[in-house]
Amino acid sequence: MMSDMGQVFGHWNVYLVIFLMMLGFYTLIARGNMVKKMVGLNVFQTSVFILYISMGKIDNSTAPILTDNPLAIYANPLPHVLILTAIVVGVATTALGYALIIRIYENFGTIEDHELVDFMEDEENTL
Amino acid sequence: MNIAPHFPILQIIVPLLAAPLAAMSLLFGQVRMRHLAWGVTTLSLAIAFFISLALFVQVQSGGTISYALGDWQAPIGIVYIVDSASSFILPLICGIALVATLFAPRLLKDEISLHDQPIFYTLWLLTIAGMLGQVITGDAFNIFVFLEITSLSAYALIALGVGRDRRALPAAFNYLILGTLGATFYVIGIGLLYMLTGTLNLDDLATRLPALADNNAAAAALAFISIGLFLKMALFPLHFWLVPAYGYAPSIVSVLLAATATKVSVYVLIRFLFGVFGVEFDGIATLGSVIILLGVLGALVGTLAAIFERDIKRLLAQSSIAQLGYMAIGIGLMSHAGLTAAFIHLFNHALMKGALFIGLGALGLGLLGTKKARLTLDNIRGAGRAAPITMAGILIGGLALIGVPLTAGFISKLYLIRATIDADLWATTALIALSSVLALVYVWKIVEAAWLQPPTTEIVIGQEKIYHWLPVWIFVAATIGFGIYATPLIEAAQAAASLFVENK
Repeated sequence: MMSDMGQVFGHWNVYLVIFLMMLGFYTLIARGNMVKKMVGLNVFQTSVFILYISMGKIDNSTAPILTDNPLAIYANPLPHVLILTAIVVGVATTALGYALIIRIYENFGTIEDHELVDFMEDEENTL
Repeated sequence: MNIAPHFPILQIIVPLLAAPLAAMSLLFGQVRMRHLAWGVTTLSLAIAFFISLALFVQVQSGGTISYALGDWQAPIGIVYIVDSASSFILPLICGIALVATLFAPRLLKDEISLHDQPIFYTLWLLTIAGMLGQVITGDAFNIFVFLEITSLSAYALIALGVGRDRRALPAAFNYLILGTLGATFYVIGIGLLYMLTGTLNLDDLATRLPALADNNAAAAALAFISIGLFLKMALFPLHFWLVPAYGYAPSIVSVLLAATATKVSVYVLIRFLFGVFGVEFDGIATLGSVIILLGVLGALVGTLAAIFERDIKRLLAQSSIAQLGYMAIGIGLMSHAGLTAAFIHLFNHALMKGALFIGLGALGLGLLGTKKARLTLDNIRGAGRAAPITMAGILIGGLALIGVPLTAGFISKLYLIRATIDADLWATTALIALSSVLALVYVWKIVEAAWLQPPTTEIVIGQEKIYHWLPVWIFVAATIGFGIYATPLIEAAQAAASLFVENK
């Protein structure tokens, strides 16, 4: 029984990740406002960052810096390094996304998805 | 110094380093800079094309090349793998990019402002370097990095279409949202695989995964990676970003993206399904059936949607959905014959769509009287008389899409249909044939508009110059060449397929 509980609660980081992931994913899909879509995308991406960062953690481990103690357990730094790259990619994506939103607002006067769809369809029909 | 052993890394480094150089030409004043940027781009792509051909020859004679970056051997370091599959795709990307770049200054003149042109070349080179990187790398996370380099610069390239049509902006934004979603799904899958195996090297993953065949997390990783790549390759029903993105992008950008971008994702999917998980992996046969189903639906939906489009670029983009469906069917068959067909079609479709999109770009260069913001079936009326050579090239590209004999499209269809017959999937065979026949309808609509209907405006005859028809005909010549003498292509495709599936 105890080990079953350990199975469930030992993976609390995964539950957090899934919660954040679904939160971001839902915002991304359900919101028509482009800024909110970007926020959803960011939350979604961040959940994946946490997934990676938490997988590098080992019980009773220390930072992966070489010490004199031969018995020291080090955290796995590789996922952290990977996610450093992914964070940079995320920043670039966010910057590009907001730059596009600004241009869309300048050109169409709206950042609402459904209003844009109306614009797009009107222009399609005036071929 | 002998640099030949370093070709695998130079393949990526040359276009990647040329990208900031192209941007730096901004320092040299308004007029000279775009020539400088164009020169840097052309030169670097010519070198990249040469390297890709040299690698192809090396692999043919000496087998797989494995290049350890910084001499850190696999599985610790990142290795670049040039084998019969990646060396088959690299020259395709470099060649199409080079031909498109040669004619870029003409096509860009009306579509992108002078000041933006060096930036255009920078993004262009980054996209190409990213695609080459995805193909050549043997590291799962490295693929993600290159995927994002490609995607981010492609979003910006599509948005540059705003000079011609403001709808390029929402198209680029939607692509950004869905593209990032796809890439993030891919990263989740890679994360799960890393948790299970502790490695990111593709070959190392392939040796460790069979032991995890009944592991739920491994199955989840397969699902995440597949869905992410389905999004990037625009497999039905995850294709909605593609049509506006290709339809409103600058015409030169449509050439590159339509011809190569989705193909690279197809290749990465093949690499994962066959090279990492392997046909023996639990559940992969089911996934194969799903891919066939989606491919068939995509082929039909794409073709039907193309029939109802009035804008020709959007029409061709819809047809790309259908053509990607054919490639998906080849992959889903999970057989040597199917994979060969997928590789052949991947190659041939790149040539056909290259011809068609660059032809549309050429038509926009003053051949149709007054400047048109977009090419619709109504305003290409009379194009058959105003630009007979260019339109003939476009017609042959269209015939290749249908799969008419003597074009490369016929070889693709032949091998695909044979592969489905081998697998006893008669319904699939029939539906491929049906969607090919339906493709005749949309190609006929272009023919009817260009040759048979009276022009709406005064058509000026004799304006056609070599720079209009030559780029189209380079692609068309390749399409016909590989349609008549297909043996080298078929052999290369079979060699690529043998890498992943045993030839029975």
